[in-house]
Amino acid sequence: MKGFILSLQSEFYKSRKTLGFWSAIILPLLITLLVTIGFYAGSDKFIKNPPMVLWLQYSGTILGVMGSLLLPMFIVFVAYSANNIEHRSDTWKTLFTLPISKWAIYTAKFLFVCILVFLSMLLFAMCTIGFGNLLGIIKPELKFSGYSMAPQLFGIYVKLFLASTSIIAIQFLLSLLWKDFLKPMGVGFVGTIAAVILFSVHWQYNYLFPYAQPLVAMTSIKDKKVPGEKTSTLNTNIDLLTKEVLISLGIAAVIFIIGYFIVRRKSVK
Amino acid sequence: MVIKTHDLSFRFGSQQVVNSLSLQVPEGSIFGFLGPNGAGKTTTIKLLLNLLQIQDGSIEIFGQELQSNRLFILRQVGSLIEQPAIYTHLTGKENLINRARLLQMPLSRVTDMLNLVHLENAAHKKAGNYSLGMKQRLGIALAMLADPKLLVLDEPTNGLDPNGIIEIRELLIKLCKEQGKTVFISSHLLGEMERMATHVGIINNGKMLFQGSVQELENISQPMVHIETDNSVDAANHLKANGYNVIHATETVLSVPYTNRETMAAMNGRLQQQGHKVYSIYKVQKDLEQLFLNITQKA
Repeated sequence: MKGFILSLQSEFYKSRKTLGFWSAIILPLLITLLVTIGFYAGSDKFIKNPPMVLWLQYSGTILGVMGSLLLPMFIVFVAYSANNIEHRSDTWKTLFTLPISKWAIYTAKFLFVCILVFLSMLLFAMCTIGFGNLLGIIKPELKFSGYSMAPQLFGIYVKLFLASTSIIAIQFLLSLLWKDFLKPMGVGFVGTIAAVILFSVHWQYNYLFPYAQPLVAMTSIKDKKVPGEKTSTLNTNIDLLTKEVLISLGIAAVIFIIGYFIVRRKSVK
Repeated sequence: MVIKTHDLSFRFGSQQVVNSLSLQVPEGSIFGFLGPNGAGKTTTIKLLLNLLQIQDGSIEIFGQELQSNRLFILRQVGSLIEQPAIYTHLTGKENLINRARLLQMPLSRVTDMLNLVHLENAAHKKAGNYSLGMKQRLGIALAMLADPKLLVLDEPTNGLDPNGIIEIRELLIKLCKEQGKTVFISSHLLGEMERMATHVGIINNGKMLFQGSVQELENISQPMVHIETDNSVDAANHLKANGYNVIHATETVLSVPYTNRETMAAMNGRLQQQGHKVYSIYKVQKDLEQLFLNITQKA
């Protein structure tokens, strides 16, 4: 256990000067800022909207950008970055000659990637709430203050994280095995495109496909459309452990364990 | 024995890289692991550190079987393999701090190590901007950080200038003499090992060709008698005619294998009788460098 904690601390220490680490912080800030500017510039269109619909449009824009394309690619990048530190400096051999078990080193690295993605998701929720309210103050005619979406936002972003654990596990393992960024990136890119296609054609088993799981998970923020109403309403009670989330966690666990056995037997050349 | 391997073998695909290697590294020794490039030195070192899985044979370090006592053994081993593995985006000091934390060493050790390898002035410079020699020194500092009983160093003087080589050599000798550490050090340069090693293992094509103390290595080299005369070609012919085995003759010197002092005196007498001027006659030990080449080329 001590070795695991030391390894995890070391991951933060090593990565704190890398883009992989900072992207987890910069990405949520940048995207929410851009969407906020967009809403500020085009505020006329939203003035008539009631607070809840406004929040739904605002957070939905951010979620739409993030959840479909950016989240998987962000994971590709972060998972590679955590492993690339060792590839680039040829330090796998020193990691595996430390008097720390391979299990602790491997798990700490994996958890580090999970923490970064989770941190980024939390920041998305916080930035959405923060910038939304700020927009309400700067432009009082946008009625952001009339509704609080915090519980749903935290819920949906935690859910997005849980649904993306399968992608994290896949990309982590690929990045660990392949030094060449193009390979894990290629797999991640093709997976993401395939997921968007499967999702848009409403394939009934898309919840089984790792790269589509965040997309499926995202739909739970909206209640089913009530016939006759123009917009959907907010689901106030987000169920975290839906089938796509459970399957994602299951796939992540299986790949994580397979990965460990590969690492244990892997020769460091 | 600190390191003991028994019939250690390793293949990359169909290529036999290490072949029935039985190493015996005594405690407190500087064991020079010698061989030309591609002889299997690095592979052997990676096997000793459990970076490669043993295919055949066994490894014992500190009297314990490696596979099942991996962490116990690694706790007492410091290593430097091939090019030093350094996080290039961190400074030299940060590299040491990171390792010190992982090894639960006090951070004061970091400063000690920086001073030891003379990197104190470059401590806050990014390690990626270090010269090869500085990287190598940082690698040695990283290996010694945990004050290990056994140091395994793979070509640690690569890229060092002559001063750097001398410093490292003196440091390693000091560590062995004063602190009783064992150093297992690979190199393709015998000349360098001659100056510090107490024991030598010579490997080529994965096979151990010689293993023993430096003294033993010197003993297997046949001494020669060098004779300097006014006309060495005539002198050589004369000695040959009298049944002496002249191996080599240049304009000034001829060489005959040494057997004993009496034979030396007899050769001297014979040449004098024939009117040759004998300027000098002396026994020489065969150059180890030559011996090393002979051993590795014969195989």
